[in-house]
Amino acid sequence: MTKMFRIAIRNLTRYKRRTLLTSMLITLGVLMVILFSGLSGSFKAMMIGQITDSNLGQIQIHRRGYVSAVDSFPLNLNLNQQSYGKLEHILKNHSAVAAYAPRIKLGAMLSNYMETTNIRLNAVNPEKEVKVCPAVGDRIELTNKKGGFVGPGEVVIPEKLAKGMKIKAGDTVVVVAHNKEGSVNGFSFTVAGIIADVLGPQGKEGYMHIEDARALLRMEEPEVTEVAVRVKNFNDLDAVYANLHSTVRDQKDSKGKPVFEIHTWEKLSPFVNVANMIDLITLSMKVIMIAIVLISILNVMMMSVYERIREIGTMSAVGTAPRKIMGLFLAEGFSLGLISAMAGNAIGLTGIYLLNIYQIRFSFGRMENLLLSPTVKPTELLWLSAIVLLVSVLATLQPAYKASRMEPVDALGHV
Amino acid sequence: MILIRAEDVSKTYVSGEVEVQALRELSLEIEPASFVSIVGPSGSGKTTLLNLIGCLDKPTAGNLVVAGKHVKALDRKERAAFRGEVLGFIFQSFNLIPVLTAYENVEYPLVMVKNEPKPIRKGMVLKILEAVGMLEQKDKRPDHLSGGQKQRVAVARALVARPKLVLADEPTANLDQNTAINVIRLMRSMRDELGTTFVFSTHDPRIMGEAEMIHTLQDGRLVLTERGSDRRDNNDEDV
Repeated sequence: MTKMFRIAIRNLTRYKRRTLLTSMLITLGVLMVILFSGLSGSFKAMMIGQITDSNLGQIQIHRRGYVSAVDSFPLNLNLNQQSYGKLEHILKNHSAVAAYAPRIKLGAMLSNYMETTNIRLNAVNPEKEVKVCPAVGDRIELTNKKGGFVGPGEVVIPEKLAKGMKIKAGDTVVVVAHNKEGSVNGFSFTVAGIIADVLGPQGKEGYMHIEDARALLRMEEPEVTEVAVRVKNFNDLDAVYANLHSTVRDQKDSKGKPVFEIHTWEKLSPFVNVANMIDLITLSMKVIMIAIVLISILNVMMMSVYERIREIGTMSAVGTAPRKIMGLFLAEGFSLGLISAMAGNAIGLTGIYLLNIYQIRFSFGRMENLLLSPTVKPTELLWLSAIVLLVSVLATLQPAYKASRMEPVDALGHV
Repeated sequence: MILIRAEDVSKTYVSGEVEVQALRELSLEIEPASFVSIVGPSGSGKTTLLNLIGCLDKPTAGNLVVAGKHVKALDRKERAAFRGEVLGFIFQSFNLIPVLTAYENVEYPLVMVKNEPKPIRKGMVLKILEAVGMLEQKDKRPDHLSGGQKQRVAVARALVARPKLVLADEPTANLDQNTAINVIRLMRSMRDELGTTFVFSTHDPRIMGEAEMIHTLQDGRLVLTERGSDRRDNNDEDV
């Protein structure tokens, strides 16, 4: 076997320029995939991190039917104290859950005493919220950082709304809301800070303290609209979701219907379409790479067989078994793929390293100065190399088979 | 005992709509450890006969038995295995593998056909390279060897696996006269040393005189079988 590979390598060096060009082409394909995969993967991970860590959370649990009616903030679809208690028990005892935070979502009227407008509010327990969404504080310009980003009697106003109504941190505003029975109530609040928008449906909401929301909405018992969950390891998200899903599905109401619905960020944010598009483009790059490897190796191996017909005849004449002749050519295609994949991986990793040194910053929507930190997993490199090797062998099969089937008398007589 | 027995062997090639009869009911016998020449003008059927004896091709009609095997009865794989086991080949254009050194070319049948372990094949290769006088050139690739040196390497490759029979198709056609004589004498000395049967084709009168037995073909028929010594005597008389 070693001898076979040694002969294969020697044969590759026979036409140095052709081998080099083919190898460079495959290397370029591998490099393209590694760089694109690293950059797009970094962009995707960063955007997902922005969305989940800034406001959405990684998993959300609601009362069944809430998400399909989310635009109207239906207060009648809140979770009651008993349901929230059950949920809290499940989440507290789940080993993969890092933190959870209850929220009340409401639509209200905001007045600065001169003009009034609508506002979407997220009423939270700030201590729990920052554990689920650690980047939420980064978005807020605060006047008083003591006691969390929003305290009782305070609101945080979205920046566009604040600009439009000329509201500054420290101003007093009035928030008026009606509860699920239609009763209207209003309180005055101090503006604790102005919050920058982020991508996604909940990216333009203001914040208030959960206890203020309960008082404003005159809740007789503490209700909760949603529970946001953060898992210990984001890579385990799907497994944790599946586990939680099966657990909360068993919680039934008096009619025997499930009480809860549970979703990951993917079901709640439109960015998932961008993420899917990125995955699709990455897949397309891989398909292009496969085509490059397939066509270039097939071409070079067909040429190689054609140019060595007499040599194949000689090998056959001295008694080389057809499968060994086939093996010689397969070893040649495999070696070409292996050398190119290794070169592609080495240059690709160097490229990723350089991209991390010469940091790439960019803006996305209203998010500015975002830093790309491309990475590539060792498993991805292994998969990529395995694909290149497999395609190299597949591309060599036909020429190698043709060589092994040649009649020695015809091959020796070839001019 | 007879090593090669041909009985009414015919070979017909079909090229488009034209049938070419390369061999016509040819019969001959070759004994083991003999040094035999097949001679005749171009197109007389020399190469076809060697291809049939070498199991590179099958006869259209007749019986051909080589080392006890009926050539016609062997399939592709069996013929390849038989060639590796029993036969050695020397070609007009040397047909050395250009990317391998002289040593590696000689080693090739032991690696790819015989699967001999490295220490054994090293001894076999060095011994045969020394016997053909190519030990000092063993690390050179074919493009750094002269025609005569290449053919010596080819002789070594044909003999390294100790075949019963070596077939050489015009082995001296690409060599100058002196080198050609030297190569034929080397083959003969190898026959003497190893007891291998050599069958070679040629149309060079001086080369054919080196053979013990000469079979002359014409238009695919065996027209004359004579001893090499008789031919040499006739040549001397002509001179």
